[in-house]
Amino acid sequence: MVGIRRNELGAVLGFAQRQMYVYRRYWVWEVVWLFYSIVSVLSIGFLASGLGKLGAGGAGFDLHRAQLYLLVGALLWGYLSLVFMEAAYAIAWERWGGTIEYTFMAPVRRMTHLMGICLFAVVYGLVRTFIVLVVAVAIFDIDFSHANIAGTLVVLAAATVPLIGLAILTSVLPLLSPQKGEQMSFAVQGFMLLVSGVYYPLTVLPAPLQVAGAASPLTYALAGMRRSLLEGAGVGEQVPTVGILVGMGAVLIPLGILVFSWAERRAKRLGLLKRSG
Amino acid sequence: MPARSVSAIQVCGVRKSFRRRERDAGAPFWKIAAPKDKVALHELDLVVEPGGITGILGPNGSGKSTLIRIVGTLLTPDAGTARVFGWNVVTQALEVRRHVNRVSVEAAFFKELSPWENMVYAARLYGYTGVRSRVVEILESLGLPGDAIDQPMKQLSRGQQQKVAIARSFLTAPSLLLMDEPTTGLDPRSKKEVQTVLERLRAEREITVLLCTHDMDEAAALCERVLMMDGGRVLADGSPGELCREHGASTLEDVFMDLTGKTLEAEELEEAPT
Repeated sequence: MVGIRRNELGAVLGFAQRQMYVYRRYWVWEVVWLFYSIVSVLSIGFLASGLGKLGAGGAGFDLHRAQLYLLVGALLWGYLSLVFMEAAYAIAWERWGGTIEYTFMAPVRRMTHLMGICLFAVVYGLVRTFIVLVVAVAIFDIDFSHANIAGTLVVLAAATVPLIGLAILTSVLPLLSPQKGEQMSFAVQGFMLLVSGVYYPLTVLPAPLQVAGAASPLTYALAGMRRSLLEGAGVGEQVPTVGILVGMGAVLIPLGILVFSWAERRAKRLGLLKRSG
Repeated sequence: MPARSVSAIQVCGVRKSFRRRERDAGAPFWKIAAPKDKVALHELDLVVEPGGITGILGPNGSGKSTLIRIVGTLLTPDAGTARVFGWNVVTQALEVRRHVNRVSVEAAFFKELSPWENMVYAARLYGYTGVRSRVVEILESLGLPGDAIDQPMKQLSRGQQQKVAIARSFLTAPSLLLMDEPTTGLDPRSKKEVQTVLERLRAEREITVLLCTHDMDEAAALCERVLMMDGGRVLADGSPGELCREHGASTLEDVFMDLTGKTLEAEELEEAPT
């Protein structure tokens, strides 16, 4: 039993290490994506700076706070969407590499496979977001003196749990449809951007989208991290948010694994593993 | 290591068909085509005892790759049961996978990664340590130049890629090796090199090999036992010598002609994608 557990742990590291090797080979692509991430965040930052010129700086409007609100949203969305897409592409990577049958024949549990991909996604997401953060802080002179870093990190860690569950659910799509699954992952990501309050409060949305937003873990993650970064909310004040996020994760991860297992059985019944188009 | 008294492969009444929707030529885009079932395997029975190389011969579409995939837990049979060393391929798939590895015609690798990186990945999945000296030793024993170990796979020839695939399977020490057309598409020299590796494998290791091929000469040279398949059915089963004697033929190609009334080459041309 201990031997099996050690093998599974080794396999988790194996998947994470393989992703690292792949990204190292595609380092030019990664530089391009990093540049794109930086440019996206800077655009949002300059948009916020331009609000004053557009006449948004009237009474009762805190321009500096609006800038921070948007920048924090852009930075956190950069991290959360990156982790989500990396994990959601667990199967897409195998299809691109032509290795899907080899990986599915390996003596590891699917949970192990997916956790390995998620481990890399989280580490890679943190590294890339840190670089973007450094650039953004340097250019916009962001003042985080009131921020509570511990509270932020606790919410960030808790947010990763339901995010992984959502990503596993989305990674099923290329198994269900070899031709259209990958594109559907983008559609899910786009919808989360719309309803999760990344750049605006949920209250500006129509009621049905507010309901969808209330079901998105990213909504709570973004709100919680903004409270810590902008208002200095400490770990103690974040307990309800952490509870919601971990609770959502406790539902979404097992649900994701269950749905994935069902999709894998279906793919084996219909002969979809081999098909790449 | 599985018990020697248990059959390496035991397939009872396995049936597999695939449902596909194929739009008729000229049909309007909004018209959904009716699904059609294509039977890949018809109630197949097969027992393979441990050790040696068993060949599965047949043209494209004969069902041999479907059989390999079922044994390798990549496909679920519609009916019947398949066992590997006594473990059911559907309900005990994880146990089966611990003892099986597969070398396929596609040489499934991350082509941007090097042989070393692919081997480290494989070793971790199978619970082994990817020691570089051991990997180098295996690759060199297969005739791969030492400097190839850190080159991206895509820069290696198809023959070299297949050797890395075989080396990768050695690294994980399988009891059953499924080889799905490992020499298809290789140039004659690479093909010969891979066949030489298989001959050495048979001589040196306690391993059961199931070799799918449509190369009759390859099967005659390497296999102790040969099953001829066509249209999802086993048409003949025996050693190459027995089959030739029974059908009064000098080659396995002639045996196939005698059984089906068609040549394997004609079948390949008929089934080649356009």
